[in-house]
Amino acid sequence: MSEAAEIVFDRVTKRYAGRERAAVQSLSLTIPAGEICILVGPSGAGKTTAMKMVNRLVELDEGDITIDGVSVRDHDPAELRRGIGYVIQQVGLFPHMTIADNVGTVPRLLGWPRARTRARVEELIELVGLERADGRRYPSQLSGGQRQRVGLARALAADPPLLLMDEPFGALDPITREHLQNELLRMHEEVRKTVIFVTHDVDEAIKLGDRIAILREGGVLAQYDTPERILASPADDFVARFVGGDRALKRLALRRLADVELEPPDGLPRAALTAPAPTTLRDALSMMLGAGVDRIVVVGDDGEPLGILSVDRVATLLAAR
Amino acid sequence: MTDAGGPVIPNFGEGSSCVVRNRVFCVDWVRDNWHGTLEPALLQHLKLTGIAVAIGFGIALVTALVAYRARRLEGPIGLVSDFLYTIPSLALFQLLVPLTGLTVTTVEVALVAYTLLILHRNTLEGLRGVPEEVREAARGMGMTPLQTFVRVDLPLAVPPIVAGLRIATVSTISIATVAAFVIPEGLGRPIFVALSSNLFKTEIIAAGALAIGLALAADAALLVVQRALTPWARKRRPA
Repeated sequence: MSEAAEIVFDRVTKRYAGRERAAVQSLSLTIPAGEICILVGPSGAGKTTAMKMVNRLVELDEGDITIDGVSVRDHDPAELRRGIGYVIQQVGLFPHMTIADNVGTVPRLLGWPRARTRARVEELIELVGLERADGRRYPSQLSGGQRQRVGLARALAADPPLLLMDEPFGALDPITREHLQNELLRMHEEVRKTVIFVTHDVDEAIKLGDRIAILREGGVLAQYDTPERILASPADDFVARFVGGDRALKRLALRRLADVELEPPDGLPRAALTAPAPTTLRDALSMMLGAGVDRIVVVGDDGEPLGILSVDRVATLLAAR
Repeated sequence: MTDAGGPVIPNFGEGSSCVVRNRVFCVDWVRDNWHGTLEPALLQHLKLTGIAVAIGFGIALVTALVAYRARRLEGPIGLVSDFLYTIPSLALFQLLVPLTGLTVTTVEVALVAYTLLILHRNTLEGLRGVPEEVREAARGMGMTPLQTFVRVDLPLAVPPIVAGLRIATVSTISIATVAAFVIPEGLGRPIFVALSSNLFKTEIIAAGALAIGLALAADAALLVVQRALTPWARKRRPA
């Protein structure tokens, strides 16, 4: 299978029987191969429906969805799904199978030789940060966070070019959730799949997404863009309200001190406030405001000053579009 | 006894003094009549029960699946199995005789009818108990409906199904003694013979004890089977 696939929604509409309003209304968007696309919106915005039409757990009524140019309608549904990774909030591990057997589900369905499946399962268990011995355990013996790691490993097992994730971290505690978000980003660096990720959490969308599709009630696309541009210029009031009044701060959270142009570290004030280069602008601003100063010294790994960031400079950066 | 070794009991004079006096329990009679009377009756009983539970389970699997898939059929199917269960066993045997005669078929039809209620209910409950997200995951992974049923639904339904099999087996072993009204087979046979022979106590107790022992052994065997089939059910996260 290919590394990653380009996904195109072409005027996709879905109406459920007995409902006046469409669940998804003429949705068109292109997800470039290897990117993480977040579908976000309030409940009733049809984001899960939109995602499930890709692996045909929900059949679309009008329009078309293509994966690398091939319509999902041209596949047998079961075969289509074997080629697409699928992760859901409640995980849905098979309680009667060991972790290794859970992870090997799709390879077995595809008829891989046993040895190949076993090798792949071991590789994945390590990729998602579990112990090899965990493979012999049952889902009931794992914590919620560990189970979702297994869910992710199971979805990646047959190396699909596309991963669908339906609020995968929604049921986890905040610390575990942040940990798994970071793990997902790390894994995505390693294996660049196309990912369609549904969430109602706008912060999660901003953190994980290469692109974000914001849907409003009735399944209408409100805006489809990068997190930076959505925060900098929301398309309308709905998007502005949805991303929140602190969107300027959220933009700052997207950038790190290492990424911005700093003033030269001349004439350093004594006992100045310092922050390491990977700190986000948001955290740096918070540090300055908290300390009651208007500048912060950015330091490298070795503690050497790299430059100075001032509150004024932060404001200028935000103003620049 | 017509089928197992001639008329031993009616003539007390031919037995030991224990048998002659019809004491509570005569070990020597059991020893002398094990191969001729008790062992064949026990094996017949086991066979009658085994066939009934196997056929009943086959039917219940189908009816449970139908009721699970088509919810509006659940009521009617449940009603039929409930109704069958309420007919007194003696009456059911008598009702069937004009149709199927004094045959094993009559006995098996009746016994199967009694297994259906519990097996149908438990199998349906087992299928219902499969978590929705597990089924959705199975579908999302690309399992066909048949693969989902065989690889996911059925294994997960094993605990309630085996619980149903245990109850059905134990109650069938008990009801099957009544089969001796229809055919000269099973552990009911020596009991009937003893009843008609001045209440020969040893034979009644021996046959009754064998029926109880068979029920306990079958129950234990099924429990072992369940444990072997569901190693996952007992694993829990260490607290």
